[in-house]
Amino acid sequence: MSVAVPQILNKALEPFLIIVGSLTVSMVLFGIFVASAGADPFEVYQTMYRAAFGTSFSWQNTLVRAAPLMLTALCTALPGYLGLIIIGGEGAVVMGGLFAAIVALTMPTAPPIVVLTTMALAGMVAGGVWLMIGGALRHYRAVNETISSLLLNYIAIALLNHLVTSTFRDPESLNHPSTHHIGEANMIGVIPGTDLHWGLVFGIVACVIAWFLMHHTVFGFASRIAGGNVRAAQVAGLPVGRLILTICCVAGAAGGLAGMLEVAAIHGRANDTLNANYGYAGILVAFVARNNPLAIIPVAVLLGGIRASSGLLQRAHELPDATVLVMQGIIFLVILFSETLYGRFAKLQKQGAS
Amino acid sequence: MTDGAPPDLQALGITKRFGPLVALKDVNFHLRSGQFHALLGENGAGKSTLVKCIMGYYHPDEGKIVLDQQAVTIHSPRDAQTFGIGMVYQQFTLIPNMTVLENLVISKAKLDPVINWQQEEHQLTQFMDTMPFKVSLSARVSSLAAGEKQKVEILKQLALRNRILILDEPTSVLTPQEADEVLGHLRAMTLAQQVSVLIITHKLREVAAFADEVTVLRKGQFVGSGNVSELNVSQMAEMMVGSEVTARPKQRTVLSKKVPKLVLQDIRVKDDIGVEVVRGLHLTIHEGEIVGVAGVSGNGQRELVEILSGQRQTTSGTIHVQDQPFQPTREQIMRHKIFCLPEEPLQNTCVGRMTVAENLAFRNFDREPHAVGGWLISHPALRRSAFELIERYNIKPPYPDTPIQSLSGGNIQRAVLARELSAEVEILIIANPCFGLDFLAMEEIRLQIVAARNRGTAVLLVSEDLDEIMELSDRTVVMFNGQLVYETTSSGADLAIIGRHMTGHTT
Repeated sequence: MSVAVPQILNKALEPFLIIVGSLTVSMVLFGIFVASAGADPFEVYQTMYRAAFGTSFSWQNTLVRAAPLMLTALCTALPGYLGLIIIGGEGAVVMGGLFAAIVALTMPTAPPIVVLTTMALAGMVAGGVWLMIGGALRHYRAVNETISSLLLNYIAIALLNHLVTSTFRDPESLNHPSTHHIGEANMIGVIPGTDLHWGLVFGIVACVIAWFLMHHTVFGFASRIAGGNVRAAQVAGLPVGRLILTICCVAGAAGGLAGMLEVAAIHGRANDTLNANYGYAGILVAFVARNNPLAIIPVAVLLGGIRASSGLLQRAHELPDATVLVMQGIIFLVILFSETLYGRFAKLQKQGAS
Repeated sequence: MTDGAPPDLQALGITKRFGPLVALKDVNFHLRSGQFHALLGENGAGKSTLVKCIMGYYHPDEGKIVLDQQAVTIHSPRDAQTFGIGMVYQQFTLIPNMTVLENLVISKAKLDPVINWQQEEHQLTQFMDTMPFKVSLSARVSSLAAGEKQKVEILKQLALRNRILILDEPTSVLTPQEADEVLGHLRAMTLAQQVSVLIITHKLREVAAFADEVTVLRKGQFVGSGNVSELNVSQMAEMMVGSEVTARPKQRTVLSKKVPKLVLQDIRVKDDIGVEVVRGLHLTIHEGEIVGVAGVSGNGQRELVEILSGQRQTTSGTIHVQDQPFQPTREQIMRHKIFCLPEEPLQNTCVGRMTVAENLAFRNFDREPHAVGGWLISHPALRRSAFELIERYNIKPPYPDTPIQSLSGGNIQRAVLARELSAEVEILIIANPCFGLDFLAMEEIRLQIVAARNRGTAVLLVSEDLDEIMELSDRTVVMFNGQLVYETTSSGADLAIIGRHMTGHTT
């Protein structure tokens, strides 16, 4: 047993060091970028810190952005356990938000709690079915799930734009086509004592449930076998197709819930603001967290902070709005590169541990 | 070929550590000019490490490599080539969709920016003429049989003007006939003083038939070396495993009544590219019986195993298990207790990055006590069961939390056997169970298979090793061209007749 302990430590240490290392490299690269844009990188980082985590107001700003990221990250992380690379979180958010808004509009007299519950269910079903299409294409027709889920995003956005400019259009939303408002009474409230809506709680709870599902249940165990080696899963007689469909559905439901929260907590109606790149940023969060649902929580907060600092960067350093997207992109590339480093330091660690 | 005798290679006092693990300790080894030398040892004895130190993959912590009485430092395999040392690996390194000519040309250390194919072909044709065996230069590698590919691998090393050839288990992918042919050619070339050969092997028969000298390693240490002519097979086996191998008799109990357990009727299966490779196969296996399927690989045996293990669909035909139609779903597998030990267990039935404990639970993670209430995995229960199996089946290292891919081949095989035999088994499907295993592990695994049979399990054993089939099975069938073409009881088996059917000569 005395040997097993450092092994476990090493197992946790390697991803930690690699991720901290890649974040550092990303910061250096981004620093060079802002310096070339004429700003002092150290001041920029100071500003970013202030804007993201400096005050309780900025914390709230960060957390509001982190909440949907936690949910959309699950869209990529959960199928990742089955070895699938699904990038359809954006589509799940859009479909979830759209259908949540539509069902809310069909029940004008119901009490808010019923409306919200139905909205959440509708959003989750819509998002779940949406990603399940990608899973089904993969399993039954061997269509690459990455491509199909990406393309499904565009179809979802097109469907949203079509419906909010036609059937479900609120005539008063003149230059910004939207559905009717779901009604102030049906808006989800804030966590008492804060300005934060309940979405954050949903996000954290969803991540914890997802982690528990994958690591402590029979379903998660079977999924990890199928994701690790499909031939081994066949020998064990596991229903690989059903696992793929189920996990895509659960993943899509998380995205759909994010969409429902955007509608019920922020916008009050479904329109093209649903398509705010939370789905794509979620892919980044899942990658950085190496698909571990618990690691998604802090990573989502970090990325939420980066996105929250965008406004202040613009004002304080006259950097364009897209600057934070550059940082996001740099992190993404560096993290992708760092995937190649796993296992390279094994020797070093073994010597260090002995 | 180049002139003069091949160089004399010595490894003196080689020690190699990996962290706390001492893989090689003060090992001496001498490959004389023009010698056919065999390196024997169990899995994990350090054979590969020693060879990798010679090839420059690893740098020994202590000791030196001496080439023609001069100490040399070999930094990399490319460096080894400049000293005339080349290696043939266990797996093929040829590019399948290129021709033999293209494969030989691209292996050169330095390629001209523009390749003059005519000139290369001319040179290699001349080179081929000096070789004792030939392979068509224009043949596409993917169309060659395993034996031919192995020849190309060897020709590749010779074309690079290497004078010392190191071969890592060169015959593990070959049929016995192919193996004898390839080794015979190598033998002839050493006799002609064209090359020196060092082979790593488990097969004592090959050592006895072809090698001049043998060096034995055990647990990273030099045990001894000697001329093959002065040693017999049991002495070599003893040096390898450390004690006289007790040829434990495989006790067989004979069951009074013959109850059919597995019945295959008119099975037809297609391979990955849609060619029908099993063509109307009929087979019945009874309780307490081992049926060995002999045959040259590629006659549909792999696909036969895959349909029973659930990795492939039949195109037609029926499978009945205990008089009921069988589909390899988890529910039916568990109900009929039909378990499977396919070849290459790490690739076929394990998840490399999951732990040993998790891999051991693939059959029963969804039942008590591993699954509390049928849905909640109890990790402590998984570890407890794993400890028990690790001890019972002597799996090393004995840590349930290590990823299974870090175990050696023999230990992975043991782990899979432990998993498949841990519960009551009615039907056991086995393919090449001892592929690449050392003597001791092989013996253990065969004993376990016979023990299962004696408990009443029906066993289907598909193997490319005819000796293994003869040793284990009650009944032997020969598979050729997707059908069973011959059947005999093992007691009345005539190897010559079996051999004829394996190769399709049935006059």
